[in-house]
This record gives sequence, structure tokens and C-alpha cells, in this order.
Amino acid sequence: MKVGGSELPLRDSHHERPKLLAAASGGGHWEQMLVISSAFSSFEVVYITTDKSLLEYADVGRGYVVKDCNRDTPLTAFITLFKIMKIVVLERPNCIVSTGALPGLLCLLVGKISGSNTIWIDSVANGEKLSMCGQLASRFASLCLTQWEHLAHDGRSFYLGSVL
Amino acid sequence: MIFVTVGSQLPFDRLIKIMDEAAVDLSDRVFAQMGKTNLVPKHISAVEKVSPIEFNKFMRNSRVIVSHAGIGSILTAQKWKKPILIFPRRADLGEHRNDHQLATAAALKQVPGVYVALTADELRAKLISSEGLVPSGGQESVLRRDLISGLRQYLSRLG
Repeated sequence: MKVGGSELPLRDSHHERPKLLAAASGGGHWEQMLVISSAFSSFEVVYITTDKSLLEYADVGRGYVVKDCNRDTPLTAFITLFKIMKIVVLERPNCIVSTGALPGLLCLLVGKISGSNTIWIDSVANGEKLSMCGQLASRFASLCLTQWEHLAHDGRSFYLGSVL
Repeated sequence: MIFVTVGSQLPFDRLIKIMDEAAVDLSDRVFAQMGKTNLVPKHISAVEKVSPIEFNKFMRNSRVIVSHAGIGSILTAQKWKKPILIFPRRADLGEHRNDHQLATAAALKQVPGVYVALTADELRAKLISSEGLVPSGGQESVLRRDLISGLRQYLSRLG
């Protein structure tokens, strides 16, 4: 960028296409993410999951693998959190979407702090109440979705539809 | 072939034992992904885990799926349009931390191609009459279309 007589360096701060980070643990969470991924077509999508072979099989383009963790593995959760922080800093997504579980929640938390939009989609398996991660997400995420209409009653989580 | 799966997180010995005994009376070959367990089935071939590629291949090549009530298994069975018999894990038997698989099963009873068995007898009965089971995943779900288009709309409004 030219200012006065000088050519000043200008950091490229904008992505060409908005970037979306899609985080889902292996299993049902991942399968649900693949089902809804056609909603992301106007974004450059980067995936985060817990098993390398899932990225390979789904042929989803760019992705990262983090160690799976849950409430019973706090040390692993800590390690995974650090890896997620590095990924979010590197990728600077406009939006982070997760279908669960705990690694996905950690992605939303880091995204929230760094200014990304954050969307939690509670697993369709949770038909009686929102998952514990979902309840936490509903307190800070930009949008929290449940896949059961009768659970979207508290003004914190909303219903659009369901993968089943 | 009948493909049995207990999911990638926990074993499910009760289901594997039922299938091992039932296999004697079935004409299909039975193959199970049984998780980390000390069980050694006598009448079915079984492995601890399968890769995603193999999981999809076994699903695709089976006539009927028997599964814990896990969403990943159900969605994959629907993807390959296979009838799926779901057998929920129970918290009171230490098979899961809560009963959400029972809730999942109750909610899915109306979905074509998804069948629920709560006891060994129910499961055996459905296996014996499995020629009459219909494929799952037949119609594109309206709810699925709504979720995807709703999400797409929301995402398009983000800055």
C-alpha cells in the first residue's frame, strides 16, 4: 500500500472466502456433521476430528486431528485445548460449528474468545435434554441448536430441524 | 451377511452374546464389530474395531444391520439403505452412563427401516422374520432438509 512516497506492508487480514471450522468427534457426531455439511458451501471449510482415518474416508479436504477427550479425561482435554488454540490462531475462522462432543465445545470456547461466530448443534441422540456440553454451549455460543423441537423452549437453544 | 456393530466407544457384551447364540439358527453369515472385550464368540466372526472405510463396506455389503442405538450406525445404515435393528444399551446394566439410547430407540420407532428390539427374544424374532424388513433411508427427510437450509440461511447472514 502506497502512503506518501513509501510502500508500506499491509497484512492480508481478510480471507477470500469466509472460513468455517467444523469440529466433530468420531462416531455419531462426525456422521451428523457430514450430513449437514452441504450448508457450508459458501465457506472454505476446515475440519477438526478425533481420528485421521475419518478425514481420509470422508475426503473432506483440509483437516486436523485432535485427541478425543471427555469429562473423565481432564488431562487429555487440556492437551487437546492447547492444540485447538493453535489451530484457531492459525486458521482464524469466521465461524466455528460443532456437533459435539467435548473437543467441539472447546473449539467453540476458543472461537468465542477470539471473536469467531460459534454454532453448537446438539446430537440428535439427545432427545430428552440437551447434552452437558450443549447446555454449556447454550450459555455463550452465537447459536445453539437442538434437534428436538420440544427441547427448544428456554430461549437459549433453538430448533431448525433434525438429521433423522 | 448380517453386520453387528457396538460402536467405537464401548463394548456391548450382552448384544454380542445374543447374536452369537442366535447365529446358529440364521442362514446369513454374521460378522461383528464388538469393541474391546474378552468375549470369544463361538458361532460368529468378530473383530474389535473396523476403520471407517471397512465400516461403510460392511454396511453396504450386508442384508441387515444389528446395532447398539448409536446415531453414527443409524445414519450409516440409512446412507446405505439397509434395514437396521437397534438394541439399546441400558444404564442399569452398566452399558452406558445414562439411558439416552432407550430414548433414541423410542423416538425412532416410527422411522421406516429402523426397528427396535429391547429384549433377546424380540431381537431373535425380528432376525428370524428379517426377510420382511424394509430398507431405511428411503425418503429424504423433510426435517433434514429444514435443518440444512435453515443453517445455510443463518450462515449467509453472518458478517
